[in-house]
Amino acid sequence: MEITLAPLSFFWHKQAVYEFYQQVAESAIDRVYLGEVVCAKRRELKAEDWLEIATLLQNSGKTVVLSTLALIESASDLMYLKRLCQQGELLVEANDMAAVHYLAEQQLPFCAGPSMNIYSAEALKVMHRLGLQRWVMPVELSLAHLQQITQQLQQLGIDQLETEIFSYGYLPLAYSARCFSARVNDVSKDQCGFACLQSPQGIPLATQEGDQLFVINGIQSMSGYCYDICDQWQVMQQHSVAAMRLSAHNHDVFAVAQQLKKAIQQNSVIESSQLHGRGYWFGKAGIV
Amino acid sequence: MELVCPAGNLPSLKAAVDHGADAVYIGFQDNTNARHFAGLNFSDHRALKGLEYVRHNPQRRAVRLFVAINTYAQAGRWQEWQRVVDKCAELGVDALIGADVAVLDYASRRHPSLNLHLSVQASATNQACLQFYHDNFGVKRAVLPRVLSLKQVERLVAVSPIELEVFGFGSLCIMAEGRCLLSSYATGQSPNTVGACSPASAVEWLQTPFGMDTRLGGLLIDRFNHIEQAGYPTLCKGRFAVNGQVGHALESPTSLNTLNIIPQLAAIGVSAIKIEGRQRSPAYVAEVSRIWRAALDSYQGNPAQFTVQSQWAESLAKLSEGNQTTLGAYHRAWQ
Repeated sequence: MEITLAPLSFFWHKQAVYEFYQQVAESAIDRVYLGEVVCAKRRELKAEDWLEIATLLQNSGKTVVLSTLALIESASDLMYLKRLCQQGELLVEANDMAAVHYLAEQQLPFCAGPSMNIYSAEALKVMHRLGLQRWVMPVELSLAHLQQITQQLQQLGIDQLETEIFSYGYLPLAYSARCFSARVNDVSKDQCGFACLQSPQGIPLATQEGDQLFVINGIQSMSGYCYDICDQWQVMQQHSVAAMRLSAHNHDVFAVAQQLKKAIQQNSVIESSQLHGRGYWFGKAGIV
Repeated sequence: MELVCPAGNLPSLKAAVDHGADAVYIGFQDNTNARHFAGLNFSDHRALKGLEYVRHNPQRRAVRLFVAINTYAQAGRWQEWQRVVDKCAELGVDALIGADVAVLDYASRRHPSLNLHLSVQASATNQACLQFYHDNFGVKRAVLPRVLSLKQVERLVAVSPIELEVFGFGSLCIMAEGRCLLSSYATGQSPNTVGACSPASAVEWLQTPFGMDTRLGGLLIDRFNHIEQAGYPTLCKGRFAVNGQVGHALESPTSLNTLNIIPQLAAIGVSAIKIEGRQRSPAYVAEVSRIWRAALDSYQGNPAQFTVQSQWAESLAKLSEGNQTTLGAYHRAWQ
């Protein structure tokens, strides 16, 4: 079982990003997805900076994958995406069909991120034909879905495909044209002033009764609770899951990775103390 | 520009055709489409009746029938999606509106003559994405998500390999369609999995001494006082607490209305205008179709002199959420 690190969802200062990935280099994480996936306006790091971090991580024995924007609106976003897909060295994770278009065109193998809307073995078959090597199951799907999809993949004779499960972190739930972090400050996206930098873990949104509902992260809406199904690692292993994905909102992710690595190495059980927000894996509402 | 109107049942379909739709889109009575609500949509028999009405309408106009199969085929239930694709081919509908690559792939291989449109649920917002669906499945038209500004739509039309259809009027999704799981987070059911956002089974309306509370999956979405009109509890339009302030953190109840920008949409080469609302009544469909037909005809008759008549705007506002309308993402400042 591989432990992977999702692309950083939040907008941090360049220095904080570098410090974070220096720690990643020394962590229990095996594979790292790098790049900006939420908002095209977030440019603290340029493509060259990400490639520099990629080298640092590779030198520490990590597998590095470049991850791409989920919502591509402008021609310049598309140009940037095309450059990433054509850099020729690192594997790419597609988060929009535009990336699949560029990668398949070059007959390059690729990964599919959780926003790719792949809900069945039949859809995986089509994507596999185009070069899909690994997919992250949509976060709203459950263990029961995974079982059915895995079984059907076998029936379809597809055994080369790797499955990765989003296992820890705030769940990416929605993308919009509107920037909600800017809206909190009563300004529009064009005048956002990079408000996200002031909220490195996003902005919590609760119901009027105080129930944690979502986390606002720029144009992205995330789950109100931090998802944590690391205790399910043995069940995942039984279902041939190749990797468990952790998503960081602070440096706690390193302890989570360490604990998971230890459990996998010692084949031991992880106890879950999480009361809320694990519903998706069990086929219920995500918030449950 | 083609006027594409919604129909959740046969009376709505007739209303749309009778009041000026150039095309009507429908769905079957199952979770293969994104308006899967109880009592809504078409059985095979009703779909055939609908097609007959479209083909032989009283005004003898050329009207087209589209069928939305725009949810994602769920694990272990592929046959249900396969069946409705085959049904579309058998009926000879004018277009199948799909989102799932499995559905589009099957349709293009099994029924090569079936005309394919890309549903808004596929979230295609850029040229490379449109190219992907065109090259791989022969898709001929895409419905754009309600996330692009007018300028971005203009640039996209200029480079798109296929026709583009945009939303003109109706409920406003503020998230990229097909990329929103808010509903399943609260209820376990989403547009992608069961074809429903904020499903009625999860909704509660509770009268309190202070007014009306609306809940979804047990969560308080909004609290209305006695003078406010309570709206349907949709997560993106509720009132929530952020940084200690209670308000419409994501969006206020409002509907999209683009009558004002008909000249711009036509000038930049948009092929069709879509009216949202298969869940609406035949009377609603009739009224919206009538107004949009009048507006498009008025524009076509004299493009340079086009103005939005006040009675059109007033009537549409009355049919809108919160009696308000917006240009949404088309207007950059909204974003």
